[in-house]
Amino acid sequence: MDFDLSDEQKDIIKAAREFAEKEFPNLAQECDHEEKSPRSLWEKACKLGFVGVFIPEAYGGQGLGFLEHCLINEEFWRVDPGIAHFILAGTFGSEIILLFGTEEQKKKWVPPLVKGQAITGAAITEPDAGSDVSSVRTAAALEGNEYVMNGTKTFITGGTLADYLLVLCVTEPHAQSRHDRFSVIMVETDRKGFEATKLKHKLGLRASDTAEISFSDVRVPKENLIGPPGRGFQQFMVFFDHTRLHVAAEAVGLAQGAMEQAIQHVRKRQQFGKLLASFQVTQFKIAEMATRIEAGRNLYQKAAWLLDHGRVESHLISMAKWYTGETAVKVAEEALQLHGGYGFIGDYNIERFYRDSKIVEIYEGTKEIEKTIIARELLGKY
Amino acid sequence: MDFELGNRQKQIRLAAREFAEGELAPIGKECEAKGEFPKDIIRKAAQLGFVGVFIKKDYGGLGLGSLEDAIIHEEFWRADPGLGQVFSQTTFGAKELVLFGTEEQKKKYLSPLVKGECVMGFSITEPEAGSDAAAVITRAEKVGEDYVINGNKVMISNGTEAKFLLVYCLTDPDQTQKSKRHSILLVETDRPGYKADKILGKMGLHASDTANIYFNNVKVPRENLVGVEGNGFLQLMKFLDHSRVAVAADALGLAQGAMEQAINYVKKRKQFGKTIASFQVTQFKIAEMATLVETARNLTYKAAWALDRGNPDTQVSAMAKWWASNVAVRIADEALQLHGGYGYLDDYPIERFYRAAKLLEIYEGTKEIQKDVISRRILGIS
Repeated sequence: MDFDLSDEQKDIIKAAREFAEKEFPNLAQECDHEEKSPRSLWEKACKLGFVGVFIPEAYGGQGLGFLEHCLINEEFWRVDPGIAHFILAGTFGSEIILLFGTEEQKKKWVPPLVKGQAITGAAITEPDAGSDVSSVRTAAALEGNEYVMNGTKTFITGGTLADYLLVLCVTEPHAQSRHDRFSVIMVETDRKGFEATKLKHKLGLRASDTAEISFSDVRVPKENLIGPPGRGFQQFMVFFDHTRLHVAAEAVGLAQGAMEQAIQHVRKRQQFGKLLASFQVTQFKIAEMATRIEAGRNLYQKAAWLLDHGRVESHLISMAKWYTGETAVKVAEEALQLHGGYGFIGDYNIERFYRDSKIVEIYEGTKEIEKTIIARELLGKY
Repeated sequence: MDFELGNRQKQIRLAAREFAEGELAPIGKECEAKGEFPKDIIRKAAQLGFVGVFIKKDYGGLGLGSLEDAIIHEEFWRADPGLGQVFSQTTFGAKELVLFGTEEQKKKYLSPLVKGECVMGFSITEPEAGSDAAAVITRAEKVGEDYVINGNKVMISNGTEAKFLLVYCLTDPDQTQKSKRHSILLVETDRPGYKADKILGKMGLHASDTANIYFNNVKVPRENLVGVEGNGFLQLMKFLDHSRVAVAADALGLAQGAMEQAINYVKKRKQFGKTIASFQVTQFKIAEMATLVETARNLTYKAAWALDRGNPDTQVSAMAKWWASNVAVRIADEALQLHGGYGYLDDYPIERFYRAAKLLEIYEGTKEIQKDVISRRILGIS
């Protein structure tokens, strides 16, 4: 056993932290208020090598692990969750190309993501298919050498910004098992019939784009199919085993950032003639936050380390996902509470962190879905 | 980073589990009912090499680390907390000798422990000195070549069974600094003036010995001083970095055992025409338990690993201690709940686990003290 990060990993953390601390704070409030994504900052992050570090060198990445990708997520989220999400979601979906795509597909679609030339995304959720992924209805019918796609998807990260999206759709409506009805198809967003409408007034993560997208007779060539037809559902389950990890790291980063803000505040703020930090109840709150964060960090690092060593432990990944999500929400809440009335006002960052936190318990599998996965592993058939 | 146990560690777990399931679990209920100290079990465990594995080979041990010791603690407590506690207490205080004893002391006192010939203890707590260890007033006065000890201590593990005890005494009451007033003396319990009254009526852990002890002009030679005179408080704090990890491992084992009992039960028990495992609320409870156990395990192992690389992490030790014990109490409660009325009867072991759990949040530093330790390091305020 060895709980220490390597020197290289420590260097990555340091660089990511420096970049985020230098670049994010000036923009954070404005991007939140105006719901805008700082594109030039994303380009800069790509140039500096923070985006898609898990992508093999053959496709322009650094060939590092998901652990390293997680470490960058944590550091970015610690400074500002909204901007961090926008920058690092640019490769969201590339995991599925790397896992199931052909050599040609990888060469075509992956390198631009790392170079800051293109943004991708994964489009799964629909108005009536959230946690219940196999209720997806967006259809792709094969006509000659093309798929013709029709349907609507919602809550799609990067929907209005993406150059291409990986879309989960029904290609085998008559398959016996409902899990065998789906395929993943890459859709370039400049194709005719594709439309994206930005979803405004999200609770948090407002620097990051979220959209409703619709497909109206969108035609894509057959070569845009990722993996074999009918395997889309299963492919996305494997995909989630990867992407849930960086969400856990996001949550830990947010919690760490919120705790640090609370620590700073209680060491300055005086009431009843003494620092808030000198009240025992404050001390205990900080101790509890720090312990939960430490526990959350160990969980995601362990799951990511195992993944990087070829061992996909779905239940461990689910544990990391829900536990860190809950930690982020709890810590953000307690950190805001320690700010008192000031925490409710936009002068401090904590109200933004508080709003941002809730999503990590929802996307990439709600905490309820994560617990279902864990229970299935532990209880088996009953 | 490496989150895997080594092969040797895995073998130790396997051996400890086999012994615990074969020898401890079957007699746990009976030992609890009788409240008798099971000497032969200790001898057996010692013969198989489970006692004091962290003690160097020169003194009869296996020269392994705190992590290996923690794994054995975990496995014993998983099978039966009562007998697990008997085992934990056997060498309680030995780490203090390892850390601060002279070569002669180690040779003389550690070897018989490892062989299972005797048990020891570390007596600190007094009626008016619980969490506040610096308030200890048991007095050791230097008279010629001896120390003469007077005072009484309460809730002392192995008070009636120990061959010798480490005793935390006041040696310099006039010292202005509270942390420099105390010293640690080794007292053989057959010395004239030593008396022990076994405490009956504990809520749980009945097979383990706990006593009130009295020192009435007990003379010990100067060679029985452990470490440096006046350095007792500091030596105690260093000891706690180690002993808290062992308690965290105890808690981890209890939690794991309680959870497994719950899993077995819910898969068998039927209500409303189906197993209670098929109710979603049960599934979520199990998922939450498993996640908490995983967090406790990572924290405990990390703290143990830090000790073994010679770099004790006071903060992580404290986190592991309160978190794992908190997890143990919560899981024992939820596991009993899942047993319904049967959980309240001693037909099932869960009520024994439930009663045992609470002590983990109290001894070796209450959870409140752990949070003090953590927050002091973060906030820099005491």
